[in-house]
Amino acid sequence: MGENGKLKLGLYWAASCGGCEIAIVELREKILDLDAAADILFWPCAMDFKYKDVEAMPDGHIDVCLFNGAIRSSENEEIAHLLREKSKVLVAFGSCAHEGCIPGLANLFDRQSILDRVFLEEPSVDNPKGLLPQTSYHVPEGEIEIPYLYNTVKTLGQVEDVDYFVPGCPPQAPQIWAVVEAILGGNLPPKGSVVGANEKTVCDECQYKREEKRVKKFYRPHEIIPENRCLFDQGIICAGPATRGGCGALCTSVGMPCRGCYGPAPGVVDQGASLLSAIASVVDADNEDEAARIVGEIVDPVGTFYRFGLPASLLHRRKLE
Amino acid sequence: MQKISIDPITRLEGHGRIDIFLDDDGNVANAYMVVPELRGFEKFCEGRPVEELPRITPRICGVCPEAHHMASAKACDAVYHVEVPPAGKKLRDLLYSAFYVADHTVHFYILGAPDFVLGPDAPPAERNILGLVHKVGLEIGGRVINCRGMAMDIVGMLGGKTIHPVGALPGGVSKAIDEDERAQIEAWGHELVDFGLFGLQLFQDVVMANQAYVDMILSDTFTTPMYYMGLVDENNHVNFYDGKVRVVDPEGNEFVKYAPDEYLDVVAEHVEPWTYLKFPYLKGVGWKGFVTGKDSGVYQATPLSRLNAADGMATPRAQEAYEQFYETMGGKPVHGTLATHWARLIELLYSAEHVVELATDPQITDPHVRNIPTETPDEGVGIVEAPRGTLTHHYITDEKGLVQKCNLIVGTTNNYAPMSISIKKAAEAFIKDGQVTEGLLNRVEMAFRSYDPCLGCATHTLPGQMPLEVLVRDSSGDVVERLTRFVE
Repeated sequence: MGENGKLKLGLYWAASCGGCEIAIVELREKILDLDAAADILFWPCAMDFKYKDVEAMPDGHIDVCLFNGAIRSSENEEIAHLLREKSKVLVAFGSCAHEGCIPGLANLFDRQSILDRVFLEEPSVDNPKGLLPQTSYHVPEGEIEIPYLYNTVKTLGQVEDVDYFVPGCPPQAPQIWAVVEAILGGNLPPKGSVVGANEKTVCDECQYKREEKRVKKFYRPHEIIPENRCLFDQGIICAGPATRGGCGALCTSVGMPCRGCYGPAPGVVDQGASLLSAIASVVDADNEDEAARIVGEIVDPVGTFYRFGLPASLLHRRKLE
Repeated sequence: MQKISIDPITRLEGHGRIDIFLDDDGNVANAYMVVPELRGFEKFCEGRPVEELPRITPRICGVCPEAHHMASAKACDAVYHVEVPPAGKKLRDLLYSAFYVADHTVHFYILGAPDFVLGPDAPPAERNILGLVHKVGLEIGGRVINCRGMAMDIVGMLGGKTIHPVGALPGGVSKAIDEDERAQIEAWGHELVDFGLFGLQLFQDVVMANQAYVDMILSDTFTTPMYYMGLVDENNHVNFYDGKVRVVDPEGNEFVKYAPDEYLDVVAEHVEPWTYLKFPYLKGVGWKGFVTGKDSGVYQATPLSRLNAADGMATPRAQEAYEQFYETMGGKPVHGTLATHWARLIELLYSAEHVVELATDPQITDPHVRNIPTETPDEGVGIVEAPRGTLTHHYITDEKGLVQKCNLIVGTTNNYAPMSISIKKAAEAFIKDGQVTEGLLNRVEMAFRSYDPCLGCATHTLPGQMPLEVLVRDSSGDVVERLTRFVE
């Protein structure tokens, strides 16, 4: 706490989309309460040039640092280490920091193929000399440096010791506020806990009741207009059974299946494996061949079952050549 | 060498930094706006089912996920050759218009207004939304938060989530609305129209009534004539969801007007090895470096450029505001970068009026909001106007609808070259003979802030100001001066 008795809060973003910051704006009028209770030291404190300013802080100077975004570059990792040193409590805030999120799908490829695609192959690219970004490049006036992009997207917990995890893409405002209240009230659970979510699955929060109906064919969302009942029961792959609750089942509230952004359900190690087993248990097949055909029709299993959690999963990434 | 590092350059590909180099006399030799991050969506969308891209690509930007959601859904419609039923189209447009109100509100009140309401030389600790609330009163501050919330509630009602909505898919949307929902949206819409009018009045009272601000808006430092791009409907009125992209030259004459699937004939992207972001330009003029004018293919895609590229607004009150804008600013096109804030408020009013228009459309409660695609998927382009610029999604799939190639030209990217040029111009104006004034920090910020680089909202928000550092180095690279503006 500062001398004024207010909590010293830091908000930082690494490889992310900005949705976690807007999620804080989604606190709406409570943002004024947050401001009354906490001094926000930086939001974000991002650049290499400001390392010095953060480095100048005594260790543990920041009471709580909400860190969103994945670890994608050398710069992301350096500042993760720095903020760990300077923060009493380091929170992996949002799906990217928690489990890698959608940018983690880059682990199905490598650094070079990404650079080639973006800077050489795209049909709009004009690059006759075949230039690719260089970590250090000499322009006529001097040297310009940019961070090194890793082959592999990592979660915050894979590069640093994390105290708490707030799931969601993005975390929903009521959950964020509950976490803030827990921090202010000193009511935090044991280190390593997932906070800002609940101990159930998305199915428990869904407007529909799942009946575990047997399925002869799986549909992609655009292929059928579902009836007003459980989407999974109708053969639409929905990550609800394998996903931690806390979001309020917002996607299914408009008739779209869950894609799993709140991460694995409590007690589940691998969300994708858990979803696959939920699928396997409802396949309505008379023999193994038929079962294989029905499941085989599911397109892009990795990108579907591990949509938000590939870097944190047991798969982690595609094998590098 | 002087290095100015600015945080909220872009939300689309992470952080940004500006490196400014001084010559032996201490004057600006060159300025580089560096984007040090890349996430590679173009690559990892490969292999994904195309109908999932409206749920994947919004993670490019959590500030304007609705724009990616819509551009992606439209690209999917094109890939599947499926027609969206009228109600489906209108519901997408309705969600998108409500989002525009929320997004422009965030930009103007949280990002732009503090410079004008509190003044560019106000202490940084006050020059933020809380300082603004202080100055204009809690009641107005509360109204801003409340109206933004209302607009976001419309997004949530139609799209499930307010950030990263999920309702649009190939052929339409997943959810129809009933009469109760329609009536609620209409009621909110009327409040948003009042709020839009209020914003324009505030701009008149606070900004245009102050000669110092008017002079700044019209000053050469913040004036950069170039090509202007924007989406227009069949009447050449500004449209955000649908239409053709129109580009006018620095004199305001139509240069080209193209349909989404013709974008490769018009736009190309230049590559520099010192940054992870590309520089789009007009192919028909060519890349001539970091210069503007009729002979340079550099164009901008902003609220100002959209007004310049159009012949008017499609709703009555916004049209009045449009006419007043050009009358006051001395005719079309307007080149003053800072006038973008005014243009943004005109767009906010248009979006609010359009919300009411759509909410009172007899078709809007039609339950037929989706068509199931029946054609074989192959290739498609979807374009919408994102708040920060024309947004293009281009997908090629196999016969199962799995993505083989994906190209994205994202809102802020369009403005990468113009922002770089504006920043250099501001730096040149404020750095003379090695002297860097404190005012440089915020003036340079203002030069790019008007473009609303995507991260702006997230960083310049309450209660802090944007952290900035200027390192002034001489030509041998030694630091001769260091100015910081960092919290704490």
